[in-house]
Amino acid sequence: MRIRLFAVLVLVVGLLSGCGYNQIQVNDESVNAAWSEVLNQYKRRADLIPNLVNVVQGYAAHEKEVLTKVTEARASVAGIKATPELVNDEAAFAKFQKAQSELSGALARLLVVAENYPNLKADQNFRDLQAQLEGTENRITVARNRYIAAVKDYNVSVRTFPNNLTAMVMGWKPKANFTVEDEKAISTPPVVKFDTPAPAAK
Amino acid sequence: MILRFLAACWLLFASWPAMPAEPAALLVPLPALAERVTDLTGTLAPDRKAALEAATAAIERAKGAQVAVLLLPTTQPESIEQFGIRLAESWRIGRRKVDDGVIIIVAKDDRKMRIEVGYGLEGAIPDAVAKRVVAEVMAPRFKQGDFAGGLDDAVAALGKIIGGEQLPAPAAPATTDVNLDGAPWLLAVMFFSGVLRAALGVVGAMLAAGIAGALAWWIFGSWVAVAIAAVFAFVFSFVRGGGGGLGSGGFSGGGGFSSSSSGGGFSGGGGSFGGGGASGSW
Repeated sequence: MRIRLFAVLVLVVGLLSGCGYNQIQVNDESVNAAWSEVLNQYKRRADLIPNLVNVVQGYAAHEKEVLTKVTEARASVAGIKATPELVNDEAAFAKFQKAQSELSGALARLLVVAENYPNLKADQNFRDLQAQLEGTENRITVARNRYIAAVKDYNVSVRTFPNNLTAMVMGWKPKANFTVEDEKAISTPPVVKFDTPAPAAK
Repeated sequence: MILRFLAACWLLFASWPAMPAEPAALLVPLPALAERVTDLTGTLAPDRKAALEAATAAIERAKGAQVAVLLLPTTQPESIEQFGIRLAESWRIGRRKVDDGVIIIVAKDDRKMRIEVGYGLEGAIPDAVAKRVVAEVMAPRFKQGDFAGGLDDAVAALGKIIGGEQLPAPAAPATTDVNLDGAPWLLAVMFFSGVLRAALGVVGAMLAAGIAGALAWWIFGSWVAVAIAAVFAFVFSFVRGGGGGLGSGGFSGGGGFSSSSSGGGFSGGGGSFGGGGASGSW
């Protein structure tokens, strides 16, 4: 009796790992970890914004429109509950992504406006914040790329035979990823245009 | 019929590579990591390069953190940030789990530089500090065409910052602590202890224990190690002699630190990067 029970257990375990149960679990966890890192870096960016807005306000208080835009965008980002479960909900994920990219846009405009204020640009506090913001944006890019790769692994493991049978039984669906359009946006460096033509290259 | 179809399917797909290769050919190939300072542009004079290597080696000796320098013509079509993280993921500078690696990248024709900071040093070298090193230490010298000087100053500045950081103590140099040269001999003695016992009986086993003890003294320099090795060799000789096929447990040597004393051959310790650091141009 004991031996038979043991044999059945071994069989079940063997079948489960054969059908990718364990592999899907491993991939699922790495998606979660990658997603947490994405959230972490977005949070870091959101935390930088109040200071940045304060410093810019000190030098360019009348740039109200840009400043409010940034503040509003930050508020809307903060309004979305960034939970790990977000990755399983396509619509919420898209909303989150939209809010974040709006914040990116607002921040970019703020930095463009800042270019017009030499005193602001010379402010050490502003320069430090700008460096932190740049670094954080880069970290976001890295975290997103790692998330994209992790989701790719997960989705492949959920969709391929015979794992898809396991996934079907357990009700696991492919996870939401950053959209192609977004991926393109982060993989192409921004085009910089100067008003005056740059001096001829040496 | 179905079986045949499945078999055909299997034959067809099983041999497929898992994923089509990405268009990596278009990107700048990652240089192999062999030295602390890799100069693909021929900018640094040999003596300046040696000085720079000595400075980075000194940082690793003092704090355990690894600093690597790369000069290359261009990172196009990638941005220096994209290239930097790709390089960091491949070189894995810094100790494993401590993640205390720093890579200074100079893309000479792009007139761009970047300091890539490992996870473990993001506290000591936040982006703002990295940016200051880039903009205030490196850029002015680079503008004058003094690349060696700019890099010297940058490494000195980073060394100072890292010096103020609490990091796990560096692995002691091989010569004073553990002498791994003797490890294969010890394993060999363990392995052949059975032969000795078979030939000489208990005397052979004791002989094996004695040799193992001596080797352990040579390697670890401690009496505890001697005792453990001797007992192991003694017991092992009986196990082997009894015909029991005991797989020798694989001892892996350390965490892949490059030994700073030996000049040639530098490798990353397995540190991770998350995109921290700062870029600039000159």
